[in-house]
Amino acid sequence: MEYIKLIALGLITLIAAMGANFAHDIAYQVHAVLIMLIAAGMFIWVLRGIDEPEVVQDTSGYQDGVIRAGVIATAFWGLAGFLVGTFIAFQLAFPVLNFDWAQPFANFGRLRPLHTSAVIFAFGGNALICTSFYVVQRTSAARLWGGNLAWFVFWGYQLFIVLAATGYLLGSTQSKEYAEPEWYTDIWLTIVWLAYLAVFLGTIFKRREKHIYVANWFFLSFIITVAMLHVVNNLSIPVSFWGSKSVQVFSGVQDAMTQWWYGHNAVGFFLTAGFLGMMYYFVPKQAERPIYSYKLSIIHFWALIFLYIWAGPHHLHYTALPDWASTLGMVFSIVLWMPSWGGMINGLMTLQGAWDKLRTDPIMRMFVISLAFYGMSTFEGPMMSIRAVNSLSHYTDWTIGHVHSGALGWNGMITFGALYFLTPRLWGREKMYSMSAINWHFWLATIGIVLYAASMWVTGIMEGLMWREVDDQGFLVNTFADTVAAKFPMYVVRGLGGVLYLSGGILMCWNMWMTIRGGAKQTAPVGVPAE
Amino acid sequence: METYSLLRQLADSWVLLAMFGFFVSVILWAFRPGSTKTYDAIAQIPLREDSTMGAAQTTRKGASDV
Repeated sequence: MEYIKLIALGLITLIAAMGANFAHDIAYQVHAVLIMLIAAGMFIWVLRGIDEPEVVQDTSGYQDGVIRAGVIATAFWGLAGFLVGTFIAFQLAFPVLNFDWAQPFANFGRLRPLHTSAVIFAFGGNALICTSFYVVQRTSAARLWGGNLAWFVFWGYQLFIVLAATGYLLGSTQSKEYAEPEWYTDIWLTIVWLAYLAVFLGTIFKRREKHIYVANWFFLSFIITVAMLHVVNNLSIPVSFWGSKSVQVFSGVQDAMTQWWYGHNAVGFFLTAGFLGMMYYFVPKQAERPIYSYKLSIIHFWALIFLYIWAGPHHLHYTALPDWASTLGMVFSIVLWMPSWGGMINGLMTLQGAWDKLRTDPIMRMFVISLAFYGMSTFEGPMMSIRAVNSLSHYTDWTIGHVHSGALGWNGMITFGALYFLTPRLWGREKMYSMSAINWHFWLATIGIVLYAASMWVTGIMEGLMWREVDDQGFLVNTFADTVAAKFPMYVVRGLGGVLYLSGGILMCWNMWMTIRGGAKQTAPVGVPAE
Repeated sequence: METYSLLRQLADSWVLLAMFGFFVSVILWAFRPGSTKTYDAIAQIPLREDSTMGAAQTTRKGASDV
């Protein structure tokens, strides 16, 4: 087995070295060097370990090491993603921040996919992987299947993130939103994702509970659907084996439809179904009571997955897409409102009889606000998918505001709550180092989101109205540059919202660091007589 | 018949019916007699299993009462 590993690693090193030499573009060359170094390092490491006595691992308990790594990675990529996001928000307000000396690497066009991928796939993806590993073990009463395969998933996913991120900066992109990485990065992610599916499914197969808890249904649907979406949307043929450029198999309106079938289901299954899996575990856990209605959670699950998959065409109103298809997407988006709110109510009502926790427990407050934002953005989304509303909102900043109320509010807040839940448990501490820091984080993030969403509503609707304004002769009143100039104050407010959200994240990392390093902070008892 | 028309007709009729039928049956299944008791038990899964002290000290308490 060790010898097969050596041969494989040696071959990968050799091919990567050839790639570095024959590379047609800089992104491919840098990636080839990176892969060559990693493979060579692993080759030496395996070689040094050969004929050494095998270290026996304790496999009696849960496999939590990989989850600990995932928690740290989530926090790290979260900070990176928020930082880039805040920076590009100010780039829009102050174009001079597209520094001349940093061209073309650090212009808005290249940093923007870096931001979206960092927050969705690096921050969100790591959060999903580590919480799903945590939840599936606890609710199945079984150790992760596959031994070190879980570590392969973790490190393989980090490599994917690094390849994607450096690729964007170096100009390697296939120009598909949320699916920018080029063909070899896509193939690597497919391999990692199938390993992830194997670990998750294997653990469910060897579960010692009779039933599969609903959180695992959501996680499983997320893993399977993302695999399907990723493969279909990234069907492309490389121009050369030694270059990063590839050509899409689909073209024209079929390509657009495939892209938004992927794009909206990335929202539906990555950012919704997966995070609902987190919700169905962590909210009952933190409230210390079972989910409000398990029946409702089943209906929530089936309705969500049956409806979401059709909602994509609402991104393509008034395009070459046939009307029937965009009407279909619109109708399914509106129907989707119901299961979404069913799920939100299910989560919120779990607190029935324990509403006092809202006052006393800042972590619970994180979960509740995330559910509130889930409710708000799943109402706003269907509304914006209506063709008439969309004719005003689409291509404006309203869309950006909508995405961020969902991503910062729902995904961000529930992830923060989960990190605060997991950190003391995974490192054997009694609780987080500072409860008041969690409280500060809560308010910094909430006010940040409010600034962000409110400014984007104003600027988005203003922009939409300015674009369609005509004079009595039927001529357009405003130039595009007029709208850009009018948006400036709102762009500054949005950037400030980002600063608040980022500082909340920094506070969280400090709190996690202090928790991991030492025990809980002892608050001095007040008014207790000395004995 | 060309492939597109064939698939399109199939999707508009039998596949639509099958998917809708599956969806409705799943919802009805959730309301079958006796389901409340089963579901109440399942809803307890995350609460009955617990480990506070990380992997090293973890024992699988929850599994014993299955």
